[in-house]
Amino acid sequence: MQADLMLNPKIERMKRKKKLKKDILENWQVYLMVLPALVILIWFRYVPIYGLQIAFKDFSLIKGITGSEWVGMKHFADLFSTGQFLKVLRNTLLINVYRIVFTWVLPIILAIMISECRSLPYKRVAQSISYLPHFLSWVIISAIFMNLLSLDTGIVNILISRFGGKQVIFLSEPKFFRSILVITEAWKNTGWSSIVYLSAITAIDASLYQAAAIDGASKLERIWHITLPGIKSTMVFILILRIGNALTNDVEQVLMLYNPMVYETGDVLGTYLYRIGIGQMKYSFTTAAGLFTSVINTILLIGANFFAHRIGERGMW
Amino acid sequence: MDKKYSNKIPRGRDEAVIEWVSNLTLAFVIVICLYPFLNIVAKSFSSEGPIMAGEVYLLPKGFNTVAYQIVLGSSRFWKSFESSVFITAVGTLLNVTLTSFVAYAISRKNLPGQKIITILYIFTMLFGGGLIPTYLVVTNSGLYNTLWALIIPGLVSPFNLILMRNYFYTIPESLEESAKMDGAGHFTVLFRIVIPLSLPSIATIALFCAVGYWNEYFGALIYISNRAIAPIQIYLREILLNASDADLNNMDLIMTVAQEAVRGATVFVATLPILLVYPFLQKYYVQGMTLGAVKE
Repeated sequence: MQADLMLNPKIERMKRKKKLKKDILENWQVYLMVLPALVILIWFRYVPIYGLQIAFKDFSLIKGITGSEWVGMKHFADLFSTGQFLKVLRNTLLINVYRIVFTWVLPIILAIMISECRSLPYKRVAQSISYLPHFLSWVIISAIFMNLLSLDTGIVNILISRFGGKQVIFLSEPKFFRSILVITEAWKNTGWSSIVYLSAITAIDASLYQAAAIDGASKLERIWHITLPGIKSTMVFILILRIGNALTNDVEQVLMLYNPMVYETGDVLGTYLYRIGIGQMKYSFTTAAGLFTSVINTILLIGANFFAHRIGERGMW
Repeated sequence: MDKKYSNKIPRGRDEAVIEWVSNLTLAFVIVICLYPFLNIVAKSFSSEGPIMAGEVYLLPKGFNTVAYQIVLGSSRFWKSFESSVFITAVGTLLNVTLTSFVAYAISRKNLPGQKIITILYIFTMLFGGGLIPTYLVVTNSGLYNTLWALIIPGLVSPFNLILMRNYFYTIPESLEESAKMDGAGHFTVLFRIVIPLSLPSIATIALFCAVGYWNEYFGALIYISNRAIAPIQIYLREILLNASDADLNNMDLIMTVAQEAVRGATVFVATLPILLVYPFLQKYYVQGMTLGAVKE
């Protein structure tokens, strides 16, 4: 018995090795399948991570990534001594707080309204139309909103002057810019984001509503006590995803809508990194700024996920 | 159903109110989503006078198609259109193929290395090299100023991968086992069994990819400086900033038309492909989206 037990691990290990070899050989076709994708993944996603070292170096195109000289934390020190970066960071955070609040709530309301609609064809049409803007590019959406907001010819300014107000050049006013970002995003994504909630609502047991109706619950009470709790975990999940991305903006959106006149309120990390990185070719400095924000972003994501599990909800992993 | 109950249970007074609120909200959504688009299309068919006077709303005034003659007569428009068709067709095909390959691999629960591959992909959702390091790698790979820069680096997004893997999980293993008994290899199993059974999820991902490629802007902005091969969104943006860039051959036509009309026409023509595929794919994407979201 004793000797057997002593021997066992060795035999087991050998057996396992043999089986592993057999499994790998049997699956060579599968490995062949993933090979091209894996090469692309490693080259375009992991080599750049190795390239992050230029944040601590004075990168020169001639010397290359490995050959450039180390400068320690110099670029990070620069980052915080120039007021620009902090301003951009503040803009990003503020804009995202507005985004999280509004563009999180609107799809929930829309989903409930759609589910309360009695006429099936009407509901279908409304849904299809509400998803459509999601598929338009930011270039097109910016064109659409520039048209709506233009002086004299845009509907918004036409209405303003009809009611006796003074026309506004909305896209050049720093105080309106953040609202414009939130509104355009809501326009693009509210319908699309409501899909997830709608499917959660359809999954709610219909007998709950009947029982509540028989007990005399009003419609509003039924929405409040059955529908909302039924989609609560989806709501939390989406909110956590959003908080985890609180430093990320749709660069294209801001790039299409902003201009130097609204930089003070509208310049965000993505556009700032683009301008100093690609535009001014400050490679090391930009990488430092990018690394700083992606570290914070990763912490936010992990934190949000941890919190989700803590309160007993589904996280991202 | 509710009608039957309404005889027995006093229908709450709020029932009718909520129904109206719902109907009105949906009407509001329809108007808000459609009006901005219809208005810009109406302007594209209108003549300069009514546009400048702010008289064009839903229907064109002073109907004409000069703006479309300018846009469709522009050689740069067609070149950028061609580039976009290329990256959309080739990109979608490659992306869907490679995504299904990897999804197939990571859905084999006893494949050695399956976990590592999955983690390698998921990790990129959490952390990455960021703008400049990626830019340096792409440009150093000889992709600068080629349309491949917009295709190859982004192949297989982790989001689509997980969506497809979850769908593959729902296919009964017994089907694949019996095929393997008959001597089918993995490629046969994938192409003959797994893919045909996963068409909704594959159609969804193909739609996401195709729309993504068609709408590609930022990648083209940083990787393509050669305007001759720039995709349509880049061209569109130039028109938006300065409509007289549309085509220098048609200078005399441009004088007769409002810039708004040229912009509107470009917007409409560039959106048309999306509007055309939209109804066909609509039945798939809701199904595919929710499957991925509800799973796990």
